[in-house]
Amino acid sequence: MNEIKENPAEELSEDMKVLDDVTSSEYKWGFVTDIESETAAKGLNEDVVRMISKKKKEPEWMTEWRLKAFRYWLKMEEPKWPNVEYPKIDFQNISYYSAPKQKPQLNSLDEVDPELLKTFEKLGIPLEEQKILSGVAVDAVFDSVSVATTFRETLKEKGVIFCSVSEAVKDYPELIKKYLGSVVPYTDNFYAALNAAVFSDGSFVFIPKGVRCPMELSTYFRINSQETGQFERTLIVAEEGAYVSYLEGCTAPIRDTNQLHAAVVELVVLDNAEIKYSTVQNWYPGDKEGKGGIYNFVTKRGACRGKNSKISWTQVETGSAITWKYPSCILQGENSVGEFYSVAVTNNMQQADTGTKMIHIGKNTRSTIVSKGISAGKSNNSYRGLVRIGKNAEGARNYTQCDSMLMSDRCGAHTFPYIEVENNTAKVEHEATTSKVGEDQIFYLNQRGITSEDAVNMIVNGFCKEVFNNLPMEFAVEAQKLLAISLEGSVG
Amino acid sequence: MLSIKNLQANVDGKEILKGINLEVKAGEIHAIMGPNGSGKSTLANVLTGNKSYEVTGGEVFFESKNLLEMDPETRAREGMFLAFQYPIEIPGVSNATFLKTALNEVRKYHGEEELTPKEFLTMLKEKAKVLGMDETMISRYVNVGFSGGEKKRNEILQMLMLKPKFVLLDETDSGLDIDALKIVSSGVNIYKNPNTAFLVVTHYQRLLNYIVPDFVHVLYKGRIIKSGTKELALELEERGYDWLIAEQAEVV
Ligand SMILES: Nc1ncnc2c1ncn2[C@@H]1O[C@H](COP(=O)(O)OP(=O)(O)OP(=O)(O)O)[C@@H](O)[C@H]1O
Ligand SMILES: [Mg+2]
Repeated sequence: MNEIKENPAEELSEDMKVLDDVTSSEYKWGFVTDIESETAAKGLNEDVVRMISKKKKEPEWMTEWRLKAFRYWLKMEEPKWPNVEYPKIDFQNISYYSAPKQKPQLNSLDEVDPELLKTFEKLGIPLEEQKILSGVAVDAVFDSVSVATTFRETLKEKGVIFCSVSEAVKDYPELIKKYLGSVVPYTDNFYAALNAAVFSDGSFVFIPKGVRCPMELSTYFRINSQETGQFERTLIVAEEGAYVSYLEGCTAPIRDTNQLHAAVVELVVLDNAEIKYSTVQNWYPGDKEGKGGIYNFVTKRGACRGKNSKISWTQVETGSAITWKYPSCILQGENSVGEFYSVAVTNNMQQADTGTKMIHIGKNTRSTIVSKGISAGKSNNSYRGLVRIGKNAEGARNYTQCDSMLMSDRCGAHTFPYIEVENNTAKVEHEATTSKVGEDQIFYLNQRGITSEDAVNMIVNGFCKEVFNNLPMEFAVEAQKLLAISLEGSVG
Repeated sequence: MLSIKNLQANVDGKEILKGINLEVKAGEIHAIMGPNGSGKSTLANVLTGNKSYEVTGGEVFFESKNLLEMDPETRAREGMFLAFQYPIEIPGVSNATFLKTALNEVRKYHGEEELTPKEFLTMLKEKAKVLGMDETMISRYVNVGFSGGEKKRNEILQMLMLKPKFVLLDETDSGLDIDALKIVSSGVNIYKNPNTAFLVVTHYQRLLNYIVPDFVHVLYKGRIIKSGTKELALELEERGYDWLIAEQAEVV
């Protein structure tokens, strides 16, 4: 008999680990770090914007950019079109800046407050380089500031820049001036404008021409303070022929008030370059009655500017009270490729309106959308996707597959596909399915000795397989665990 | 081993099983035959605890434990196994992942160590070989895109892995070609031992040439209307069910 080619042994042990690890139904990341913070008074006006800029010792041009964004924001209205409901946000009742006191110089991790190191360790993100076995470089963002970035030296040797945006503004002003806001201008939407005015920190990645980034880069966002908004901004640039895989994770303590998270992510990809961007979003979702939780209003967009360039978004969204996000690709370069793989899970009172936009501008551009929505409890899960084929996008192709799975009779799944085609050589395919977790499937697994709870996890993980396959290994494991925890108790 | 007394059950409020009595001892093979819709699969589902079937009367003891009080996974862990008439597809879950989870659940229940992935795979490959199954089936998703015959073999593979005490085969022979029938039967014969018992549901005497029953029962409209030895199956093959039904009508 032949040896098995696709040896499932490794995959197996990982799968098992996941099922075994699921023991508690609590949000496990809900602890609060007791650390002295410097938090700005609530409210937003030009002085606050100036204060943030000054705190970050930013040059004049940056302050000006923020102020322009702020003035623009004042004239804008909050968007009303998403299929979500929440009480009006009082933007004057939020603090726009919070940082752990005595921010380290970042010369060495020894200078990082041990309390912070402990926090990240507890979250499973050890920041001491010798403890990181997987070879992932991490930028750790705590409330409004980046507290540590690992493996900088190793990366620097290859010419890769990986640092906080605040540092980049000082150290690489030319790159920042060239690219910041070039994909998501502050005029783009209400939250993008707000973010541009008050963004606190985030990561900057620059991969120079011809370099394959030697390790996965990762940013871990942690909200700690109460009634503070988190407005991070991430910018990733891949020059000609460059490649990087970037991971983003996030958690927040359990608070019974809602907190706003309005991030902006911009990706720029030049000829023959590729960015793979993976997110595991696990902000606090609120309790069973819908009290508390994060409002996650995010603008993520990538520009495939070069020929044969590629952007691949993979997201696993399990957290937040409300999620409102559409990672998008602008496919400008000829033969450029955009991909969107998404798993969005909602339980209890959670609401998600998420999807993507694929804007085909260049010739022979291709895009793939695979969206898996899982709704449980009384939650509401919407997919909203736009595929636009411009008039010059000769030979463009899109394939969309949109599957929803319902776990209860009281939850909702909705699909809003928008398709605009201006070039008749283009080919657009859309497939959608809705299913209930089958009782016959659960019984089949029961009959083999598997509990209903584990059966549902298994069925749901199977449902999401295509998306998980696109995640780097450790993230895939993390994602499966999260899924299991989010859906715990939803079988009835 | 299994003792069924006056078992009655409803599906969707409709009475399907109307009082089944059956004793199965360790080491025995019982065949159940009967026209379509007579309640054979219903019996199998009731015994394994499918919640879509409502037990309305009677009792069942499995090794002197009250079977009807156990949830389906406990029954499975105690050693009840059903080879489904229509095996279910689980997209995205590999056969190996599924089987390893199931096997470790059963082992845990009996206080045994979990198998390492390597031990598990060695065992799985060995059993697959016995059934002449292509190894790619191990990493394929559970029953997805399997042919009818492959699904049935996959059920028997699961039986060989989980080593149950009491096996219900619900028309495992349907959809199998002659060679597959022989292989599947030999799988059952290799497995059967003095501590296991089988309840084999089938429409065809042919299967019973390979899996030789100690007893044959005829189920009709939710009741066992005749029991006999393997010769009864031959008689049914020849004469059909009408004569039995007629006999039954006279009795009533
Ligand atoms: N889930 C169900 N919903 C409604 N009716 C059902 C269901 N399951 C079984 N029945 C009905 O119960 C009766 C017995 O069905 P069952 O499947 O037990 O028969 P069977 O003896 O296995 O038949 P076959 O030889 O065709 O497999 C049939 O009339 C069938 O329609
Ligand atoms: Mg049947």
